[in-house]
Amino acid sequence: MTPLLSPLLIGVVRKIKARMQNRQGASVFQPYLDLWKLFRKDETVSKDASWITAFAPYIVFTATLIIGASIPILGSASIPFISGDFLTIVYLLALGTFFLALAGMDAGGGFGGFGASREMTLAAITEGGLLFSFLPLALYAGSSDLETIAAAVSPLPSALVIPLALTFGAYVISMLSETARFPFDNPATHLELTMIHEAMLLEYSGKKLALMEWASANKFLLFLVLGANVFMPWTPSGISNSTDLVLVLLVTGLKVFALAAGVALLESSIAKFRFFRLPDLLFGSFILGVIAISFVV
Amino acid sequence: MHMNPATLQSLFFSTLVLFVLGALGSLMSQKKSNAANLIGNGIALIGSALGLMTGVSSLLWRTGFQTKLSSPLPLLSYTFTVDGLSALFISLISLIGLVSSLYAFGYVRHFEGKYNLGTLGFFYNIFLASMLLVVTSGNLLFFLVSWEIMSLASYFLVIYEHKDPSVVRAGTLYFIMTHAGTAFLTLAVLILAGATGSFDLAVIRQMSASIPDLTRLAIFVLTLIGLGTKSGIIPLHIWLPSAHPAAPTHVSALMSGVMIKTGIYMMVRLYMDVLPPGPVGWGFTVLGIGAVSSLLGVLYALTEHDIKKLLAFHSIENIGIILLGLGSAMIFDSLGMKSLAILGLTASLFHTVNHAIFKALLFMGAGAVISKTHTRNIEEYGGLIKRMPYTAGLFLIGSLAISAIPPFNGFASEWLTYQALFAGIRTLDTYMLWAFVAASGSLAFTGGLAAACFVKAFGTTFLARPRSTHAEHATEVPMTMRFAMGILAALTLLIGVFSSAISGTIFTSGFGWMERVQQTNAAYYQEPQFLALRDGFARLPMPGILSGLTITLLGIFILTKLFTGNRKIVVADTWDCGTTLTPRMEITATGFSRSIITIFKGILRPTKQVSIEYHDADMRYFTSSNEVKLGISDPYRSGIYRPVALMLMRLSGIIKKVQIGPVNTYVLYMFMALIILLVTLAIR
Repeated sequence: MTPLLSPLLIGVVRKIKARMQNRQGASVFQPYLDLWKLFRKDETVSKDASWITAFAPYIVFTATLIIGASIPILGSASIPFISGDFLTIVYLLALGTFFLALAGMDAGGGFGGFGASREMTLAAITEGGLLFSFLPLALYAGSSDLETIAAAVSPLPSALVIPLALTFGAYVISMLSETARFPFDNPATHLELTMIHEAMLLEYSGKKLALMEWASANKFLLFLVLGANVFMPWTPSGISNSTDLVLVLLVTGLKVFALAAGVALLESSIAKFRFFRLPDLLFGSFILGVIAISFVV
Repeated sequence: MHMNPATLQSLFFSTLVLFVLGALGSLMSQKKSNAANLIGNGIALIGSALGLMTGVSSLLWRTGFQTKLSSPLPLLSYTFTVDGLSALFISLISLIGLVSSLYAFGYVRHFEGKYNLGTLGFFYNIFLASMLLVVTSGNLLFFLVSWEIMSLASYFLVIYEHKDPSVVRAGTLYFIMTHAGTAFLTLAVLILAGATGSFDLAVIRQMSASIPDLTRLAIFVLTLIGLGTKSGIIPLHIWLPSAHPAAPTHVSALMSGVMIKTGIYMMVRLYMDVLPPGPVGWGFTVLGIGAVSSLLGVLYALTEHDIKKLLAFHSIENIGIILLGLGSAMIFDSLGMKSLAILGLTASLFHTVNHAIFKALLFMGAGAVISKTHTRNIEEYGGLIKRMPYTAGLFLIGSLAISAIPPFNGFASEWLTYQALFAGIRTLDTYMLWAFVAASGSLAFTGGLAAACFVKAFGTTFLARPRSTHAEHATEVPMTMRFAMGILAALTLLIGVFSSAISGTIFTSGFGWMERVQQTNAAYYQEPQFLALRDGFARLPMPGILSGLTITLLGIFILTKLFTGNRKIVVADTWDCGTTLTPRMEITATGFSRSIITIFKGILRPTKQVSIEYHDADMRYFTSSNEVKLGISDPYRSGIYRPVALMLMRLSGIIKKVQIGPVNTYVLYMFMALIILLVTLAIR
């Protein structure tokens, strides 16, 4: 499910951004064609690279798939395949990030190394914010399972309005950092002074680049779906017949689209922040989470 | 088969006897280094295997034993008590001892001709035996004696490479710090014995309720300082980052993996078993120390580029995480929430086991690299993954485990620690709740920073191109060393995947002690497939995660192969922007962590010294040398230790005035002391 839809989402965000810049923009299905093209190309591998470079794309991609199987995707109705525990999810994300950063350092180019350094710096500080955006809701729901949290958040009890708003803020900040979006990273740039995620992928080509790009698209989709289903109310639950399914698809799709549009809007309206201003934002995300705790306990 | 106490007892004593034999044997064969290596490490290996059997069978059959060797002199009457907690630590010490001895066969060879392998084997065996004595002594006096043997043996191991002055300096610092710690412990033991009238732990346990509160507070503070010095809590840690790197690697693995845990053992023994639950403040103190040590430990580790020092700072971090678990257990214990206390204690002991395993693995990996590159500076490594593929792969597994990445063991115990902390947030209120929130926050940041630190350590050591000729010509280490690391790497995965069974075994280590909690159900339960909290808050299916990861990984690999198998792979240069790429252009460890150091500059206080020399003093355009020294300030030395040292010097200066030299004066002093004594006796 996740890998099939994620390129579309990237296409949609690019399209919205293009329209805001008064451009026609490529078709929303362009990312699929890009992936198809990359998969059919030959690869060039650095002679300094080791098996880390060869192996990392598979691990990074696998991590996103496992997370995709563990979180509530279709409303709160999906069956967690492994565990919807948010701690596990956050640390599985770290597995992908770990190998991504190692792959960046593997070929010994200057870009990859700095990309890895920046990525790990941000990831280290983001982890706190991300955990603490889930924690208040988990405390409220009495379960760390994301599906249960989604079900508890869904009817939007009045006691939850303020903490939900706070955790939503915390989550969005962490999400932008984790998915390499503005104001943390520019997904469209190859300017050496600023890039983070792209810098680590600089040595990749062919099918491994395709896997890495696809994995990052997956990650973006996962974060948006989590945002839509856990941090926004009105998550339908319980699919018993096809009408339900259509409804669930519609509601989830709409919420994800709204979030994607928000990200596109943000990217069109603000500039990337200076690197050393980012930690303030991330600590802000952590503190929002802490404040939210005071409302739920 | 049932293990009866007598069999267990004979197993245990044969372990001790073997270590003594190993020590003497290796000392006697010191003329022939090959024989000394074989005897010293071989007997240690067999001894550790027996010790492991003792510990594990004691845990599995829940049998302990008690042996009294009494004599009229209290200093010479020993009591060995083996209960669940001791059995756990016996297993741990023996396990790491076993693997370290295996590793040592190949490792100590590079000392041949330079240093005496006989004395190494002697102190090594004594060190192993003394750690076992520490965790089994049922008598505090005997405990102090074993503690002192352990400290001395490890001191001699630290200064083994005594031709290097920096090693001797590190040893001296360790000697001073560990004895300062022992002084605090001795005082605490004397107070405890004074209040209860006995050195025997069983007697003290019975009498402990009658100890006045203030005395108990004094005992708590003194033991916390004494044991904390050995465990390396901040700010008592300053010896650790210099002593652990100075020791030979198989000893560093033991020191970092298990010796510092003997401090944890005694804390658990005293605070959770012998003494009645203290006020919540004790628990919060331990929790606070844990939070500070874990966060600062990992931040200091990030600034290091000496690989062994980096690992030593990570030991401080992990001791912090262990104390987070222990602190929450103590808080729950004093509040009467027994089932949560078990959760915290299990998390803490589980992390103790896990840290011992992956830290020993990492130290051994680092030792393998050092033995081939002859430097501890990671800036001079690089590209070793092609030259030492096995070491690289095993070090990577250790790095993943210590960064708490599933499905390895570090994640399982950190998860359990999180659950203990979250339980505090869920059940307590007001200031107690916020302490737990702060502790969870520090654990969250610690996890992320540890991952960053190990990307740095692994990346600069093993990836990219070699940055020195030594690194360029490095080769893989001998089979025994690889095998030893392989055992530990396999254990990190196995314990991770079977974390529910292992934590269950750790939970049963509560037999024979922990009377006040063992009647209660723990707040968590374990099934073969998962570990879960009883109130349904969280569930951790480690086998599911592993199988999910493996199946998906294979699936993707096969699918990609099927669809794109006929694509060519061209090997070419790394993108160099048109210049010639030299190893100097790779990211260095300093560069990698610089951004994190800048972010945390409020805590780390980085320093920068720039010295530039010009060719021509008038025309400052051409520099002849350019040097930048980056570092961080050390507030502990300048803020705590230097003032204390100065005060001691001043005090000694005053006392010195009494010592004027002539023998007559000293006779006068003795005479006066005698008169004062007699007068006091007469008055009483």
